[in-house]
Amino acid sequence: MNDLLDLLLTAGFWAATLRIACPLVFATLGELICERAGVLNLGIEGIMTFGAMAGWLWVYRGGDLWTGVLFAAACGALFGLLHAGFTVHLGLSQHVTGIGITMLASALSYYTVRMLLPESTTPPKIVPFQPLDLGWLSQLPFLGEALFRHTAMTWLALISVPVVFAVLYFTPLGLAVRMAGENPVAVEAQGIDVFLVRTGAVMAGSALMAVGGAYLTMSAFDAFYFGMINGRGWICVALVIFASWRPGKALLGALLFAALDAFQVRAQQQVGAFVPYQVFLMLPYLLSIAAMVVMARKARYPKALLVPFRRGDRV
Amino acid sequence: MRLEPRERAPLWLAVTAPLVAVAASLLLTSVLVLWAGESVPAAYALLFKGAFGSRFALTETLARATPLILTGLAAAVAFRARFWNIGAEGQLYCGALATTWLGTGMVAVHPALMIPMLFAAGALAGGIALLLPMILKVRLKVDEVVTTLLLNFVILLLVNYLLEGPWKDPMSLGWPQAAPIVDEGVLPRLVPRTRLHLGLVVGLAAAVAVWLMMRFTVWGYEIRAVGQNPQAAAFAGIGIGATVLRVALLSGGLAGMAGVTEVAGLKGYLTLDLSPGFGYAGIAVAMLAALHPLGVVLSAVFLAGIYVGADSMSRAVNIPNYIADVIVACSVLAVLVSLMLVRFRVRLR
Amino acid sequence: MRGMDNPRPVILEIDHVSKRFGALVANDDISLSLARGEVLALLGENGAGKTTLMNILFGHYTADAGSVRVAGRPLPPGNTRAALEAGLGMVHQHFTLADNLSVLDNVTLGTEPLLSWRSRRQAARRRLQDLADEFGLAVHPERLVGELSVGERQRVEILKALYRGARILILDEPTAVLTPQESEHLFATLRAMVARGLSVVFISHKMHEILAVSDRVAVLRRGRKVGEVATADTDRHALAEMMVGRAVTRPEVSHLEPGAPVLELAGVHVPGRDGAMALADVSLTVHEREIVGVAGVAGNGQLTLARLLCGLARPASGTVRWRGAAVTRWSPRHFVELGIARIPEDRHATGVFPEMSVWENLLSEDLRRAPFWRGGRVIDGAACRRHARDLMDRFDIRCDGMDVPARLLSGGNMQKLILARVLSRRPRLILANQPVRGLDEGAIAFVHSQLLEAKAGGSAVLLLSEDLDELLALADRVVVMARGHMSEALPADAVSARDLGLMMGGDLGHRPAAEAAS
Repeated sequence: MNDLLDLLLTAGFWAATLRIACPLVFATLGELICERAGVLNLGIEGIMTFGAMAGWLWVYRGGDLWTGVLFAAACGALFGLLHAGFTVHLGLSQHVTGIGITMLASALSYYTVRMLLPESTTPPKIVPFQPLDLGWLSQLPFLGEALFRHTAMTWLALISVPVVFAVLYFTPLGLAVRMAGENPVAVEAQGIDVFLVRTGAVMAGSALMAVGGAYLTMSAFDAFYFGMINGRGWICVALVIFASWRPGKALLGALLFAALDAFQVRAQQQVGAFVPYQVFLMLPYLLSIAAMVVMARKARYPKALLVPFRRGDRV
Repeated sequence: MRLEPRERAPLWLAVTAPLVAVAASLLLTSVLVLWAGESVPAAYALLFKGAFGSRFALTETLARATPLILTGLAAAVAFRARFWNIGAEGQLYCGALATTWLGTGMVAVHPALMIPMLFAAGALAGGIALLLPMILKVRLKVDEVVTTLLLNFVILLLVNYLLEGPWKDPMSLGWPQAAPIVDEGVLPRLVPRTRLHLGLVVGLAAAVAVWLMMRFTVWGYEIRAVGQNPQAAAFAGIGIGATVLRVALLSGGLAGMAGVTEVAGLKGYLTLDLSPGFGYAGIAVAMLAALHPLGVVLSAVFLAGIYVGADSMSRAVNIPNYIADVIVACSVLAVLVSLMLVRFRVRLR
Repeated sequence: MRGMDNPRPVILEIDHVSKRFGALVANDDISLSLARGEVLALLGENGAGKTTLMNILFGHYTADAGSVRVAGRPLPPGNTRAALEAGLGMVHQHFTLADNLSVLDNVTLGTEPLLSWRSRRQAARRRLQDLADEFGLAVHPERLVGELSVGERQRVEILKALYRGARILILDEPTAVLTPQESEHLFATLRAMVARGLSVVFISHKMHEILAVSDRVAVLRRGRKVGEVATADTDRHALAEMMVGRAVTRPEVSHLEPGAPVLELAGVHVPGRDGAMALADVSLTVHEREIVGVAGVAGNGQLTLARLLCGLARPASGTVRWRGAAVTRWSPRHFVELGIARIPEDRHATGVFPEMSVWENLLSEDLRRAPFWRGGRVIDGAACRRHARDLMDRFDIRCDGMDVPARLLSGGNMQKLILARVLSRRPRLILANQPVRGLDEGAIAFVHSQLLEAKAGGSAVLLLSEDLDELLALADRVVVMARGHMSEALPADAVSARDLGLMMGGDLGHRPAAEAAS
């Protein structure tokens, strides 16, 4: 048991926690923005897959890392536009459309990879983002390894939390987004185009999801594997509920979740002889369900979530 | 742009709209064929031939359609009640687990008894798998979309554990697979020397039964009522909890039966790759059928044809078989739009 | 002609505006004008086209023909932003506020460019405070709208318009949710605004308010403007006749000798749910052959009372007796079987299954019951259709056959469907919750005659309504609800709307002057 506790004192554990949390942070923020505007985006799993593929492919084809991230984000935004077109403008079921987008984005990712690369057992690798050297900070004992030897994309993930928070809560745009998720008629009555606000929010959110996917292939790992998102998108949907639609709590939730995930990977090596490893792999999914159970009663859903807006509708 | 509800949609529109949508998505995906450098008519001809062009192709397609009919029905029933069961994949594996548990030696009775028993066990296991999300939704208001999705991963890991551990067949030369189903439990072939098995008949019977139930029984009335307006259903005195419970057992049960057909019919034993996403494809099947139980049969055959045909096409020309998934995804989205256009008229300003 | 007898400058002109929705002509060649510092009342029944006209003005709809000019300049159609910038402000009947956001957020939304980096909350708060002081519209800027009373929410709506510099304020049925006293306060605010040169369009179907507050009245009927008069030159009866198009006939109310008690509530407490007001110590008896009216401002416990009598809520304490015996089972189905006809407040939300056919909707309270279900499980289609045909004839439900989905029914026909469903079972008690809300005069008369007929046939009726005129016209006795409490029942012919207003404001002990004197 002591061995398990010792785990928490290794710098590698904390570094891994941060690494596991980052894609979740991006994607959870993305889903949060969509839902705050009143649109559930179940395309998340597929958009993350496509983002992972697109960013990686860009670099594999000789592109620059940062433009690769931008490319992934642009692809995500396009899928967001598709989702918004169906759910916001045509008012189709957000559940079914989202599942459809996930199917489409995943299928297109795999088709593209198969088109461009011959089948092989080991997928080709790229040179991913490297840890930034922050001078003496990175050299600090323990803290240096745990906190200050991360890639630029990790820092981007951490910075995006306060940025999203500030935009949502301190700018007129954020107010319009939040209001669109609470009462779109009120937005319309104040002369703002609800369709535009919701479409923009879904596109921005989807772009973040794609960047979350790209983190996996461009920062955490260096290649694209089939099925590599592996339910992370769905976990993010659960995290948004856990976070009560607040960016700060979303970061907290992602970190907690990642810490437990990092812990189970390490615990596996220690007690793997007694407990089958599949049990550890189940933990993230079971934990997500548990988190939703704990928070569901208190959850204050955006009131207009899942409700399509039609112009001229009486409330 | 404005959407105005149509007074009454003409029948021909309601019937042709999904067909037009499917044609449109085939047209869209032809871009991918062009990207692969192949001729579009030739590729689609190959696809069609691979799906329906020979006796063998046809039986393969129908064998593939069998689980899709059942998972499609599972989604259709649940979605009718606005119960978003996205967990048919997991429930299918639960049905497969129950089949394996019972059918690999625990009992061996005459097939006339054994086969119904396996289906009952599979259905029960699938239904039970959906109970947890159902209870969480009704009692604690936990969103069932996410719980059913996440449970898919949990159940698959459970199967993984069993196949690598206690249930691993020692005769399997190291492959993670379970012992074969005893002869009494194997579903008989409908056509000799093909893979088409009794499961298809079970699927067709299930579709008819679900249709009759939805249309002519009080349970069907209650399921539709709860789906359309839960508040009005509660007001009218319809038990929401009881109705959702029935839906969960039925939906999970149908998906579980799909697991039975695959283990006892197609493969003969449980493996980790038993289902290439039949549970998720069931959602597409249900949507293409506009949630109509009899339509599910047609759309399941169509989807199976796309999958089987794409496999065959990708062997002949240089087009990855993932094109089938793209066609299916496009069709789902296109059919969604077309069904909306049946109900609404689009006015530009 | 227009404006000639009016020396003040014209600020708003509506010129030959028409609008159709499918086969329905909502606005037919309507022309109106509004002067600076004037209150124009727009009078008309539900469905006469008032709200459609205002929605065109405000850019929610685009007119098929005609134009609008504000201060001489044409208003681009279908553009809410342009309408706001031209100085139009609208207080919608259903408030367009977000409950989970603060008053200040609700007011400032859309007043700053969307893409600016930060919002100037300090300055905004000061300006809001100044406006609130100037017009006597006190609200705290940082409170969540969800915590405000209905009256306060309306103030936020008005402040929202003023904050944007509105010169023309359109109020759509603003008094529907207010007590008479709160309405008085609103009228005072309107007068203050007019005195500062603002103009007001006041939409209502309540004659006495229009007479009290407006300078001029325009009357709409079936989408057409049928009259326009200076308020000083008209009276209640002339307006009513213009609005309905014929002499108004009041329902023939006959006072019958009440029979045995049907429903008795004694000291009933029911917890509220989802923010609804709880019932506190409510006692009430309803007899055979009488109509008891329940008055009160929305949100004072009527919702919980209705839930209790629909079988959807159970009391925490107190007794409920049904024809002398204590009620012990609480479920909608049991209450239907006892003989309670429940007419829901919101027919769309709780009354029908939109995609199911009319005949299936007529069946929703007869599930598992013979002769419609064989063995309680399998439907007998022929029996159900015969039953539906019979009800559609008896209750005059007009639609394109019994197989059309219920969503296609008009409001009046949908209400008739609900009446047919519940009244055909010969109920002992009818719970009519806002039974004529949103209906036109013909449908209103039909519903009222059905209620009176049921009363004559021996039923007890509990009528919940926000329209005091309706209550006083129909009810034999009236109770008032305020903050979850209920007053004693008073004879309807001994109280006035003013008395009820005072009681609705919280003074449940208030008694009509005549009774106090005797």
